[in-house]
Formats: sequence, structure tokens, C-alpha cells
Amino acid sequence: MTETQAQGETAHRTDVAIIGAGPVGLFAVFELGLLGIKAHLIDILDRPGGQCAELYPEKPIYDIPALPVVSGQELTDRLMEQIKPFSPVFHLSQMATDIAKTETGWRVTTDMDVAIDAKAVVIAAGGGSFTPKKPPLKELPEFEGKSVFYAVRRREAFAGKNLVIAGGGDSALDWTLDLLPVVNSLTLLHRRDDFRAAPHSVAQMRKLVEEGKMKLEIANLKGLEGENGQVSALTVARADKSEDRIPCDTLLAFYGLTMKLGPVGALCEKLGIALENNLIPVDTEKFETSVDGLFAIGDINFYPGKLKLILSGFHEAALMAQKAFHYVYPGQKLRFEYTTSSSNLQEKLGVK
Amino acid sequence: MKLRVTDREGHDHEIDAIEGWRVMEIIRDHAMQTPALAIKAECGAALACGTCHVYVDADWVDRLVPPTAEETERMEEDVFALEDNSRLSCQILMTEELDGLHVTLAPGSEP
Ligand SMILES: Cc1cc2nc3c(=O)[nH]c(=O)nc-3n(C[C@H](O)[C@H](O)[C@H](O)COP(=O)(O)OP(=O)(O)OC[C@H]3O[C@@H](n4cnc5c(N)ncnc54)[C@H](O)[C@@H]3O)c2cc1C
Ligand code: FES
Repeated sequence: MTETQAQGETAHRTDVAIIGAGPVGLFAVFELGLLGIKAHLIDILDRPGGQCAELYPEKPIYDIPALPVVSGQELTDRLMEQIKPFSPVFHLSQMATDIAKTETGWRVTTDMDVAIDAKAVVIAAGGGSFTPKKPPLKELPEFEGKSVFYAVRRREAFAGKNLVIAGGGDSALDWTLDLLPVVNSLTLLHRRDDFRAAPHSVAQMRKLVEEGKMKLEIANLKGLEGENGQVSALTVARADKSEDRIPCDTLLAFYGLTMKLGPVGALCEKLGIALENNLIPVDTEKFETSVDGLFAIGDINFYPGKLKLILSGFHEAALMAQKAFHYVYPGQKLRFEYTTSSSNLQEKLGVK
Repeated sequence: MKLRVTDREGHDHEIDAIEGWRVMEIIRDHAMQTPALAIKAECGAALACGTCHVYVDADWVDRLVPPTAEETERMEEDVFALEDNSRLSCQILMTEELDGLHVTLAPGSEP
């Protein structure tokens, strides 16, 4: 991957902070870049591309102008290539949790305590932030964060545990192999004896099962037993419908990701923007919200006639940039130019 | 043409169906007036999510076009509370023969 992943520093200064690195957030970097505006992007996913990369990397898209067919991943890769000249800075695997007005503009803060100071903020949060899918079990909330987890923040937290890892994808397999040396016992629980994960990790897991170093259970998770947030066993149903118990003290569940509106909703309300069906109302001239300097583009916004298409998001990004220019360069005149003929734009693109 | 949908609270709704539409689309269309019918259907019928999961009434299971291998795989990967009568409603096309079809919204299909 060619993008710059910001690390270490905690306070950044840029022109525009973009929340969401889906196709629309990515193309916003391009349109802003042509106008000499720098951008930082935040995404909870560990890579750019939003829905295209997470939900349908291999599926074909047929309605991107001039690309008769392109897969979700390919579109993402091409956008990354297109915005490379503008050196956007990515803050990945973190959630934007606050947007606040400052004396000089805005400050966006993430759950990893990264702060980005900018002259304008663009919400390109799409269908919402990707969050772990949870099994629909009534008793689950009682255990969450205490003995049931959906991610590993600190490996050491699992030391000496009797751990069950549920799932059959890469996350489940990778963490099985990674945590086995630190836990007391480990069981991998998957609904069927067929794994989506990388074949070499599956082979390695099967070998460990054969050697008796861990267990593999093929069954459906049906419920949790325990009290005060401490799980003591899982109840599961096997393919033949028989029920069984798996004693354990910790569960790590990897059932993929789903989109939830997340903090963006509450943040808008805090700033006085009333959402419409969980979408952010904007005007159709600049795609700005009712708050000056705060824009919303792509799937997250709403206006009469809105279509949730990548194409529409790209258009919105271009018009947003025209207005954002005036927050970044107050008082300056904006010239309308074509990339074909403007040596100024070509210089920015690094083709001249 | 009618579709009978039991919501996640157990209430029955009889709704107008449209030939050639996906059952998921019909339910989603009615959810605007009837919020109890809200269905997540996150991937918009691309067989990428499993959040349009329904249980098909026993009388109807065998009258449907059986699931493709891709649909079965998606259910096994992405659906909680999988049962023998589980289907992804985005893969069921409404036809004359299915007039009166009865499905129940499954857990995990809520938005
Ligand atoms: C299966 C499928 C097929 C599709 N086919 C087509 C098609 O053929 N043509 C078409 O035009 N469109 C298609 N779409 C729709 C298209 O993918 C969306 O319109 C597009 O992804 C919207 O882009 P976006 O950048 O606005 O949002 P998204 O792609 O949803 O990206 C938003 C990003 O913001 C992040 N985010 C949100 N909130 C936060 C936060 N608080 N902190 C950090 N990160 C956050 C999310 O994690 C996500 O990565 C399809 C969608 C699906 C699911
Ligand atoms: S809507 Fe996603 S699989 Fe049916």
C-alpha cells in the first residue's frame, strides 16, 4: 500500500479533515487537491475503500463513468493511485468520536486520541462506521467488555484464559494462532468444517488440533452461561441438533463487520443538525450542512432526489471542494480550470 | 398478489406484493409505512451480508426455487440462528405461484 499511515504524533494540522475513507472520501482528496487543499482521512477500517473494499471487493460495478466494469477493490486501488500526488494522510483503525469548533476552525478527535485541526470537516461516513457483528443473544450485553470481546486490544489481557474463539475467517484464525501461546486453553468454534481464512493458517490450526494443543468444535453458538458478566460456558447446537456445553471463561467472537451509524449521528445532533432517517441533510450547491464549514458527501447525506451511488458522491465531492476552498483560503479568488489544459493543475498532479 | 410477513415481535402483516420484485425489496418498500417490517438488507441483494434473513413457512419451503450454492454458502457464513427453513429474502423473486407466501423476519435482520 502506498498511502502514508500517520503514527506516533497526536496533534495534526491540515486543511480539511475527512471522516470516512470510502470511495467518496477518497475522491474528495482529489477534488480538494486540485484546488491546493490538503487532507487527512479517518476510518475505522484498517484499509481504505469503505463498502467497496469491505462488502464487495470482488463484485463488479458497471456504472462508473468510462469504466465499463470494475471490481470494488480495483476501484479503490485506482482511486488510491489517482490521489497519490496529493499525499493524503490516513488515520486508519480508529473511530472519529468528536468534532468540535475551535477558534481557527475545527478539531476532529479519534478514539485513539489523535486530534486533527482543520479549516473544514467533511463527513463521508457512508452507511456508517463498520462495527463487529454480534450474535443476536439476549444475554450478550451483560458479558460484553467483561468476558466477551470482538477485538483484541491487548494480547496480554488473554493470558492464562480458557478462551473460545468463534468464527471461520482470517481474524478468527490469525488470533487463534497468535493467542495460543499465551492462553491456558483454546477452542475454535465455527458453524461448519470449512474455513474462509488463508489456507496456510487453516492447515496450521488443523495440525495444532491433531497434536492436542487446541480444540476445534463445529457447532452453532446458542447461548451463554455465567453471572455478573463472567461467562462460564457456551451452549451450542451441533449439526444433528443436539445441544452441548463448552466450558470457558472468555469468548472472542469474529463474525464479520456490519455498518452502524456510530458517533457521527450524535455528533451532528450535538452541533445542532437534525438527522433525517439517520442521514445528514445538506444543500445541493455545496453539500454543506446547516453548520458553516461542516460538509457531508456520499451515502451519509440527504437531499431531495438523493441516489446512493458512487457517481453521485463523486459529483458532491467536486462541488464541496469549491466551497471548502473559501474556508481554507479566505478572500482568495478561485479560478475554474480544466485538468487537460491547466499547467497549474498538471503541476499539482505531478504530470508536468 | 399478497405476501404475509411475521415481524420480529411475532405480529403478522399482509402486504401487497409485486411480481418480479425480490421479497426483500417488497418488505423494505412497506417498511416505510410499517416500521415493524424494517429489514437491514445491507448489501442491497448482492449476497454479501445475510442481513435479509427470513424463515419460510413450512407450507412454502418446497414451493420456492431452491437456494443457489452461493446463497447457501452466504447463509452458513453470515447468518445467526440458521434453520432448515432459512432463506435470504433478497434471493426470492415474487411470482404468481408465490401469491400468499408467508415468511418471518429472522433475528439479525433488524436495521
Ligand atoms: C454489494 C453492494 C453493491 C453496490 N454496487 C454499487 C454499484 O454498482 N454502483 C454504485 O454506484 N454503488 C454501488 N453500491 C453503493 C456504493 O458502494 C456506495 O454508494 C459507496 O460505497 C458510498 O461511498 P461512501 O464513501 O459515501 O461511503 P462508504 O463506502 O460507506 O464508506 C464510509 C466509510 O466511513 C467510515 N466511517 C463512518 N463513520 C466513521 C467514524 N465515525 N469514524 C471512522 N470511520 C467512519 C466507514 O468505516 C466506511 O469505511 C453498492 C453497495 C453494495 C453494498
Ligand atoms: S441483502 Fe445482503 S444478502 Fe440479501
